[in-house]
Amino acid sequence: MNSLKLTTEGDRTVVVTRRFAAPPEQVYRAHLEPDLIQQWMLGPPGWTMPVCQCDARPGGALRYEWTKGDGQGFYLTGEFVALEPFSRIVHIERMHLPDPTPDNRIETTFQPDGEGTLMTVRMELPDEEARKGMLASGMEEGLEASYQRLEEVAKGG
Amino acid sequence: MKLAEHAPDMDVVFAALAHPARRAILDRLSEGEVSVMELAEPFDMSQPAVSHHIGVLEKAGLIRRRIDGTRRPCRLSPDGVAAIDEWLAVLKTALSANYDRLDTLLAAPTSTAENPTP
Repeated sequence: MNSLKLTTEGDRTVVVTRRFAAPPEQVYRAHLEPDLIQQWMLGPPGWTMPVCQCDARPGGALRYEWTKGDGQGFYLTGEFVALEPFSRIVHIERMHLPDPTPDNRIETTFQPDGEGTLMTVRMELPDEEARKGMLASGMEEGLEASYQRLEEVAKGG
Repeated sequence: MKLAEHAPDMDVVFAALAHPARRAILDRLSEGEVSVMELAEPFDMSQPAVSHHIGVLEKAGLIRRRIDGTRRPCRLSPDGVAAIDEWLAVLKTALSANYDRLDTLLAAPTSTAENPTP
């Protein structure tokens, strides 16, 4: 079962782990190649990512823009800090809602796990203002749809 | 630290957030404490309707109410474990949707991960 695990370290760090059936090289590339990113990093149904810029080298910029097609949308900018193919990505990112949230340093590692990959994502827990901003602006747009999907999954299971 | 692993609470939070009126109420409360009457005005809703939504939000732990004479003003839940849990539940759902989609992409025979674009 490839379910996602989410834990915290101390008061400020969120750790997400997830297994994938594909080898580390494929999972790593799916995080850096725009034509792949645009197929999965979409959030709830109905959202697309028309703009995906990903200059995958230390100091390189990234910019993701999401839209729901009815004028709603938000974007994320960031910079790469370190890249170790096909095992580790470190980047800084901030969401624009439209005011930027504080910079968040995110480390993503990809470890071989049998035939597949164990991915671990470490990020900083946003402060209260940033969480409120996300709940009130960008993320909540998808909550209803996400909830519906949860229900579908529950029914299907 | 307690985590957002307790499914019933997460269901309650998502159900609470699924209604546009309740999201609008949360948005309004992010500006500060207000009374039910003040909340009802801009939303063109009856006071009982607003009271119902407030009850749902309160049960989900998203808002708190205090007693001030005959008034019971509402505000967003203070920063704390509950607020962090709610945020983590939202994050978990968003990431789960993304990674489930990535599973499908990685399993697809046409996955370009094996044939990077030139």
